[in-house]
Amino acid sequence: MFTRRIALVSALGLALATTAAHGQAPSGKVTVVTSFSKDVTDPIKKAFEKAVPGVTLEVQNRNTNAGVKYVEETKANNQVDLFWASAPDAFEVLKGKKLLTAYKPKASGIPEKIGSYPINDPDGFYFGFAASGYGIMWNERYAKANKLPEPKDWQDLAKPVFYDHVSIASPARSGTTHLTVETILQGEGWEKGWRTLKEMSGNFRSITDRSFGVPEAVNSGQVGVGIVIDFFAFSAQASGFPVKFVYPTVTTVVPANVGIIANPPNKAAAEAFIEFLLSPAGQEVLLEPGIRRLPVNPAVYAKAGADYPNPFTDPRFQKMIGFDVDKSEARTAVVDTLFDQLISFQLDALKGVTKTLHEVDAALAKKPNAQAKALADEARTLIAALPVTEAQAASPELRGAFTGAKEKGARQAEVESQWASFARDNYAKAKAKAEEALKAAR
Amino acid sequence: MTAVSPLPRARTFSATPGQIALALAIAVFLLVFLMLPVATVIYVAFTEKGTSTFTLVNFYDFARTELFMRSLWNSFYVSAMSVVWASVLALPLAYLTTRFAFRGAAVVQTLGFLPLIMPPFVGAVAMQLFFGRNGSVNLLLDDWFGFKIDFMEGLNGVIFVQSVHYFPFILINLSAALRNIDRAMEEAAQNLGSSGFRLFRRIVFPLALPGYLAGASLVFVKVFDDLATPLLLNVKDMLAPQAYLRVTSIGIADPMGYVISVVLIVASVLAMWLSALALKGRDYATTQRGGGGLAQRVMRPHEAVLGYGVVILILALVLAPHLGLLLLSFATIWSFSPLPDAYTVAHYGRVFGESSLYIKNTLIYAALAGGIDVVLGVAIAYLMLRTKLIGREWLDWMASAALAIPGVVLGIGYLRTFYGITLPDGTPLAALWITIVLALAIRRLPYALRACHAALQQISVSLEEAAENLGATKARTVRRIVVPLMTGGILAGFVTSFATAAVELSATLMLVQSNSDAPLAYGLYVFIQSAAGRGPGAALGVVAVLLVAACTFFSHLIVERSQKARGL
Repeated sequence: MFTRRIALVSALGLALATTAAHGQAPSGKVTVVTSFSKDVTDPIKKAFEKAVPGVTLEVQNRNTNAGVKYVEETKANNQVDLFWASAPDAFEVLKGKKLLTAYKPKASGIPEKIGSYPINDPDGFYFGFAASGYGIMWNERYAKANKLPEPKDWQDLAKPVFYDHVSIASPARSGTTHLTVETILQGEGWEKGWRTLKEMSGNFRSITDRSFGVPEAVNSGQVGVGIVIDFFAFSAQASGFPVKFVYPTVTTVVPANVGIIANPPNKAAAEAFIEFLLSPAGQEVLLEPGIRRLPVNPAVYAKAGADYPNPFTDPRFQKMIGFDVDKSEARTAVVDTLFDQLISFQLDALKGVTKTLHEVDAALAKKPNAQAKALADEARTLIAALPVTEAQAASPELRGAFTGAKEKGARQAEVESQWASFARDNYAKAKAKAEEALKAAR
Repeated sequence: MTAVSPLPRARTFSATPGQIALALAIAVFLLVFLMLPVATVIYVAFTEKGTSTFTLVNFYDFARTELFMRSLWNSFYVSAMSVVWASVLALPLAYLTTRFAFRGAAVVQTLGFLPLIMPPFVGAVAMQLFFGRNGSVNLLLDDWFGFKIDFMEGLNGVIFVQSVHYFPFILINLSAALRNIDRAMEEAAQNLGSSGFRLFRRIVFPLALPGYLAGASLVFVKVFDDLATPLLLNVKDMLAPQAYLRVTSIGIADPMGYVISVVLIVASVLAMWLSALALKGRDYATTQRGGGGLAQRVMRPHEAVLGYGVVILILALVLAPHLGLLLLSFATIWSFSPLPDAYTVAHYGRVFGESSLYIKNTLIYAALAGGIDVVLGVAIAYLMLRTKLIGREWLDWMASAALAIPGVVLGIGYLRTFYGITLPDGTPLAALWITIVLALAIRRLPYALRACHAALQQISVSLEEAAENLGATKARTVRRIVVPLMTGGILAGFVTSFATAAVELSATLMLVQSNSDAPLAYGLYVFIQSAAGRGPGAALGVVAVLLVAACTFFSHLIVERSQKARGL
């Protein structure tokens, strides 16, 4: 209690210092567009309004994509001060469209990097205030009833035992899932990464359209395993749900961010909010059970429980891959659309052939058969095949189809249609091979 | 005066200057608040990528994409099947409660109405908890008998949820129509020896047909355009989810989302047109109002047992989501088990402080929207059925098209059209709460319009002619004769608009600018996103349902009273 009070006082001092530098005390209303749930925003709003009296925080809850669109649609007469969300990609988009204001936070004690990822935007348009890693959460009651082993890595989810038990959000709708997919692609390489993704996807129960659809399904036990961002699992645990979480080896930790919108109506208060978030008092709020995010100030972990993951000391985090945000940004639309056309909208076909391949594997385990194995491998190669190479994915021609660029090129609908029929044909051929293999193996 | 006969004296009235002015006013309102915002968005569907050249190539792409064509077919199939199952649920409830002296008819009507006001997100969560793959029913079935039933899987799952969700449209419109049938018709048929099912099939149902079709076409179009249910059941190959996914994920650079929206609108208008065509050239109006509705027969004991049995069975099925929601609002942890681990009232404590603000906003917004809707609904129905104004069908089509416009498209359209317009103090027009009311009113207008249209269709023109022959002006006739006779239909329209507006989310989400302006559905959406917020979200959902249920119940009481007062 005592330490918290000190922290609050120092935050207050910081906020005052900030405003003194600008020569005007922050007051009035500061509006933030955020994708964070009420459980995250309420405690922070409360602590912020206590630390900076005279300022009220107005929270507008929108999912990340809708939030970006909202800021874009309303830029002519902007009424929003801050954008506050997880996915760094969204901030890159805003920055690219010149919808953010540069700022230099004064808060101290925050290192340059978390894992191998820089915490702040090098150009000063947005700032990391918390970190989160990507991984796998599962429902223990469900796992026990269905005799599921504990998954440890992405490839585990491709095993036959997980068939029809796994769920993910579509990367096209969930910024955090997009980062997960991109992490796998960057960590394992384009070809191998897609192979892993498709092998996992063959076991998917569903592909939801809201990030929180996945933890919700795992919490209630409708689905056994979910691919999520870590705090979804930690906060569910804190609320008492029987769930567990693991970071796979190929994963990354990235900051969740906050940035000031271009031309904000209340700039002073917007800056005060950022200073508060980065101050020890603001960082400590992140440890609350309903939030459970990883603070970016290493000192704050002293107040966290012993089993709270600490990305600054935990060796697992040091090994995590360096996430290349430029690479990701260059091919965002292509990766998301590939995922939808090859996986989301072809899920039934993909699941069908995966199920047959699982049966082949079971038969081969009992009685090895070289011909059946060769056929199954051919089927797997057909499934893993991609309609575009890594270089093509980031090429200007293909990007033009998705960004509405003025130059004449392929239309997005044409490209999608091609990819869809590529996937459909390949899965059908793979299914035929797999059935042949099954006959041979039995 | 046969019930269903070719219309000999149709449209003997011609337009007066007042009617022309009214039509113009409505047209301007619809143009500004519906067509203009939508057009700014739809425009994208007809332009080339990156330029503003007119093109139809996007529609060509639509027709060539297998996914879209499959989605189109699936949407038709699911909508049609939902109408069938919704009718199966609605017909017995409507008939039993209006035809017989049925104790608790108002309660049944209210409970039967509840599914419509299940707020988005929580409704599907609650349904999953009961009927999902690992919901209570399946966990118990698996335990006892070793099998599970896929209630919620694929297209059949969507049909199941949609039938339960939207059958009140048929119930409420059919009930209003049944109440409006003249007892003399029935007595005449009985005197001629008809009774039982034959009486129902040949006399009662045909006379109630406008109400039934009004409800059925609403169910069809609503299911066709609904995106929340398929999305929550992870069914993506239907049109509305496709439109939504494209509009929200890729944005303005991709015209296909808007192309799908155009297809949705055309299909909805087509469905409305077909249902109007089915009624064309027939007269449903009856003049003798003294009898006031069907004779309410007292049921014989064995009939009563059967009747109440059927009603209870249907109500149990359609209210299961509400029971699930109620349980969830009291549950500590409910995970992979038939019932929650333990119970608590803490969730209500958490939402109590905030919900009063949400409730106040919701009541104001939904009441204003419902009010706007019935005024417009009565006016448009009157112009449609009682005047020969050129282009009056256009008003009807425009208003009906609103049903098919995805909320998110309307929301974006409003931002795009009205955000640039600022008030003297610099606040954008789109940032005012009144914009939310207008969006809700536009989205719900078709409901009120269908109800008012059906109600007016049942009133004979000769009653107005009589009033005018006795010296009343047109305006006075409308005020003293037409509107009172339409009360049941108007209230049905108001309640439907009000209640569904109270839980609308998709357009609201785009337009809410501050927490102090937010309605219940928005608060709920914000809560339900996190593990710890599930309970409070459900509690807020229960508050929303109770609130709208209370309003519905009172309006049914008013309808019953007014009918009694008119000499039932």
